[in-house]
Amino acid sequence: MMLRRGIPGLTGLLLACFFFSSCQPRPRADLVLCNGAEPQTLDPALVSGQLEGRLCSALYEGLTRRDSRGKSIPAAAKSWDISPDGKTYTFHLRPDLRWSNGDPVTSSDYRESWLRALHPNTASPYAEIFFGISNAQEFNQGKSPAESVGLQVPDPLTLRVQLTHPLPYFPSLTSFTTYLPVHQATVTKYGDRWAQPGTWVGNGPYRLLDWKINDRVSLEKNPLYHSPERIRLQRIDALAVTRASTAFNLYSSGQADLLLDKGLIPSLMLPQLRGRPDFHPGPLFATYFYRFNVTRPPFQDVRVRRAFALAIDKETIVERITRGNEPIAQSLTPRGIADYHPPEGLPSDPTTAQGLLKLAGFPGGRGFPRVSLLYNKSELNEQIAVEIQAQWKRVLGVEVELRNQEWATYLRSLDELDFDIARSSWVGDYDDPNTFLDCFVTGRGNNRTGWSDPTYDSLLNRALAEPNPTKRLQLLANAETILVSQALPIIPLYHFVGCLMFDPNQWEGLYPNLLDEHPFSEIGPKGK
Amino acid sequence: MLSFIARRLISSIPVVLTVLALCFLLVRIAPGSPFATERALDPKTKAYLEEKYGLSGSLPQQIIRYGSNVLHGDLGDSLKFRGRTVVEIIAQSLPRSLLLGSIAFTLALGLGIPMGAWAAARHNKAPDHWLNSIALLTLSIPTFVLAPIAVLFFSFGIPLFPPAGWGTLPQLVLPSLCLALPFVGVCARLTRSGLIETTGADFIRTARAKGVTEKTLILIHALRPAVIPLVAYAGPLAASILTGSLVIEEIFAIPGIGQFFVSGVMNRDVFLVSGVVLIYCVLLLFFNLVADWLTAILDPRVRVQS
Amino acid sequence: MRTRLILFFLLTVLVASIVGPWVSPYDLSDVSNLRLDSPSWTHWLGTDLHGRDLLTRLLYGGRISLLVGFVGATVSLFVGVTYGLIAGYLGGRIDNAMMRLVDVLYALPRIVLVIVLISLFDLKLKSFLDHTWFASLAPHARLLLLFMGLGLVEWLTLARIVRAQVLSIKERPFVLSARLIGQTTPTILFRQILPQVLPTVSTYLTLALPAVILEESFLSFLGLGVQAPLASWGTLLADGTALLNPIQSPWWCVLFPALILATTLLLLNFLGDELRQAKK
Repeated sequence: MMLRRGIPGLTGLLLACFFFSSCQPRPRADLVLCNGAEPQTLDPALVSGQLEGRLCSALYEGLTRRDSRGKSIPAAAKSWDISPDGKTYTFHLRPDLRWSNGDPVTSSDYRESWLRALHPNTASPYAEIFFGISNAQEFNQGKSPAESVGLQVPDPLTLRVQLTHPLPYFPSLTSFTTYLPVHQATVTKYGDRWAQPGTWVGNGPYRLLDWKINDRVSLEKNPLYHSPERIRLQRIDALAVTRASTAFNLYSSGQADLLLDKGLIPSLMLPQLRGRPDFHPGPLFATYFYRFNVTRPPFQDVRVRRAFALAIDKETIVERITRGNEPIAQSLTPRGIADYHPPEGLPSDPTTAQGLLKLAGFPGGRGFPRVSLLYNKSELNEQIAVEIQAQWKRVLGVEVELRNQEWATYLRSLDELDFDIARSSWVGDYDDPNTFLDCFVTGRGNNRTGWSDPTYDSLLNRALAEPNPTKRLQLLANAETILVSQALPIIPLYHFVGCLMFDPNQWEGLYPNLLDEHPFSEIGPKGK
Repeated sequence: MLSFIARRLISSIPVVLTVLALCFLLVRIAPGSPFATERALDPKTKAYLEEKYGLSGSLPQQIIRYGSNVLHGDLGDSLKFRGRTVVEIIAQSLPRSLLLGSIAFTLALGLGIPMGAWAAARHNKAPDHWLNSIALLTLSIPTFVLAPIAVLFFSFGIPLFPPAGWGTLPQLVLPSLCLALPFVGVCARLTRSGLIETTGADFIRTARAKGVTEKTLILIHALRPAVIPLVAYAGPLAASILTGSLVIEEIFAIPGIGQFFVSGVMNRDVFLVSGVVLIYCVLLLFFNLVADWLTAILDPRVRVQS
Repeated sequence: MRTRLILFFLLTVLVASIVGPWVSPYDLSDVSNLRLDSPSWTHWLGTDLHGRDLLTRLLYGGRISLLVGFVGATVSLFVGVTYGLIAGYLGGRIDNAMMRLVDVLYALPRIVLVIVLISLFDLKLKSFLDHTWFASLAPHARLLLLFMGLGLVEWLTLARIVRAQVLSIKERPFVLSARLIGQTTPTILFRQILPQVLPTVSTYLTLALPAVILEESFLSFLGLGVQAPLASWGTLLADGTALLNPIQSPWWCVLFPALILATTLLLLNFLGDELRQAKK
């Protein structure tokens, strides 16, 4: 009996202790947004995800940055000179740059940060984004010392970069997350754990105030930023939420002010949301596509691949499944890059598809070997796969098995070419078609199809060295034609559409744009 | 008594170590690498990372390395959340799950036992049937269905509680209710069946013959041995409810520890998974010990084995 | 009388699941353009996101769910009761060791085991089956893995509960006297003690069968259940719940699977109760 009275009392006491230890409510931040999953790291050299990239753009500042419309503008570098051959860039830094601990930001900071990201031991997932710089690739592979890389610092406010080929988009490339600087002394002192609240140092418009795992990242205005008048929000909370329904519930109930990912909006609701003033859609520089494994039958045969591609009705997918008014993809590169005209690709043509399959030796689907469609487990992937499976059955008479795997296993299957058809997507890292087309050069790690075409490779190589921008883009378009109209190691399905959800009467500085860049430093309350 | 506890504790240590080793093994043999990303990984980089995190060498070597680290108090670093140690992640997330779990556990027992007792007292009459049905109903609906429906009704339909999040008291209500509800039914039924069982026994008949009232009968005489099956059930229940539920944490955006069981395995984050399994294991052994001790108290006929 | 009624309803569900799919004009994976249609004369329970008839899919789903539940619960019954009887009766060091083993297996979260089991053996099992006589089972490799995984997990709790009961029962006079008159241990276990334990076992069993079915639905929620286009009640529920939102929810996608699942599980539980009453 004593137990009975003791237990509730004890429980109550314990609960009170736990409650006060685990809930530390602070006044609500100026802006609360659902950022997606928990960030893996805030070290810009190690970041590979967009949600981490978003936070890094607020915490650090590169030579250039993106504005609220995704355009690349000078940031830490106030100007730069380009040599006549287009291969040497000289960046001039602003004199008033400071780290959050007061240290001045110099050009060596940039050089050392870039070398750090390139260092093989850092194991940066995006080291290759530096490979336009001379000797960068050799350094990354351990074949060359750091001094050989084409980076010089003649004085603390100047950074000179030598490229292997003229890259017209290089300045905008320096706004990419991996190019962001880190405070070397902090990294040396704290090692892997430097990017945590308390030890973190950065040079961006915001500072890292707090970071509670699976809960939120709290950012605070950096008083040492060079243009503090530009920053209108004092505190921002980025919540870690994975489920779309949960994120949307938080937004609907007013606990969150902003949703930046379409993935955080339940797709079923999109048609209803379309007319609302707080719904802001816009095309993205990303494509959803299917890969073929061209190293083994039956997809060794380009006729079979063509048949499968022609048999798909992409309109139904975007109308009924994804429902975001996505543009169907006839090419791999989405439209929207100035002066680039991606090829027309293949239409939906069931009759030709059937004819091709017959030519390949499988009339009406008879005798077709058992193949599987691989995708990583997610509602949308499964819904699309079920749809396409049914389309292939109806048009070609072919039974394709569905095979879902969870993420780690799926990546391994892709790497080992252990699939017949696999679902994939690619997000452009910078605003140039090369970011898409480069993947399918022979032997590239991201190729993952086993496809190799010397003509394609040589076209891309020539484009790399071509100084005339128009001719260059034409070469790229020719290459892409091979990819999506002739050889077809992939079937592009649709281009992603981004959706922002926020009240336009409350917030400004947010615009849907192709690169899906929404720098926090540009967001502010409306009318103030 | 104390020697019993001491002996149990000592015999628990090999159990814990075995579980850890087994868990480590399982996560390592599953196909896929913890370092894989959508961008292809250089084999040299992969080898370097494996070396850095102590995952190089043969599996037995890795297990022994990990085991000796654990014995020195080092639970390793997370492979997914770079720069964070497993201890740090658990230290931040565990109190939240413990809080939520304690409330849910209290609710489960606090509602379940009285329900079961009340039903048993009206055995075979209408209220018993109704209560039994309701108890069963709570068992028949999966949490991942119940939670979104609860949110729809009590968060949007009638705006009573926030639909998700962590940090304020109202945000605890829906998640703890959804977490507790399936177990209320089980507890009620186990109490009920235990009571019905016991009230048929000899010593009860004797007490009844002696003129003890029905209420005293149930509460004092019958309840103690009757809850033995419930106590046996409540041991593991406490451990699992206190380590949270993936479904609840995902749907209500609760930064607890439950999600790491699944996400950890999905990410092949072997140290994190082993770490949370360690916590679960310790809690389990502790509550089993408590359950066995309570069983000995409640039923004088059980001799604690010496 | 009540027993007959419950059995009748359960049998209806069982028969409907077995026969229904053959009778229905729709196929399991008949994608159509009537997406997310509410119940109508052509589709009595409505359609899902892909325009597939919900009623047909529910009936197919019944086959899988009931099969999974039955196999899993049977496995857990045999293994768990035997284990608990032996451990509880023998006591001492053997009991200690046996329960420590249970603790070890219990302390391993089942989800870890299941995910690893599935990702490890999925392909291997499929290609293994392909080459043997059971080739037609190959697409169902995932299902077989589910049986094994779920069965291997459920018996633990039952073993614990049985053992706890046996500890208490074995000191009772009738057991002591059975020992005195020289009955062998197996006889004592199965003739004397088992009948005493059965009521609790049957109560727990009628909780285990639904528990297995629920466990399978949780795995479906995680995406580890049966593969599309196969369906189980769990996958249907998971699909339906994913479509819920505050603006416009296709309620039929959640209500009907939930209803059939809850009703079947309720009936199974009632049946267990009735059986237990009858034993008395």
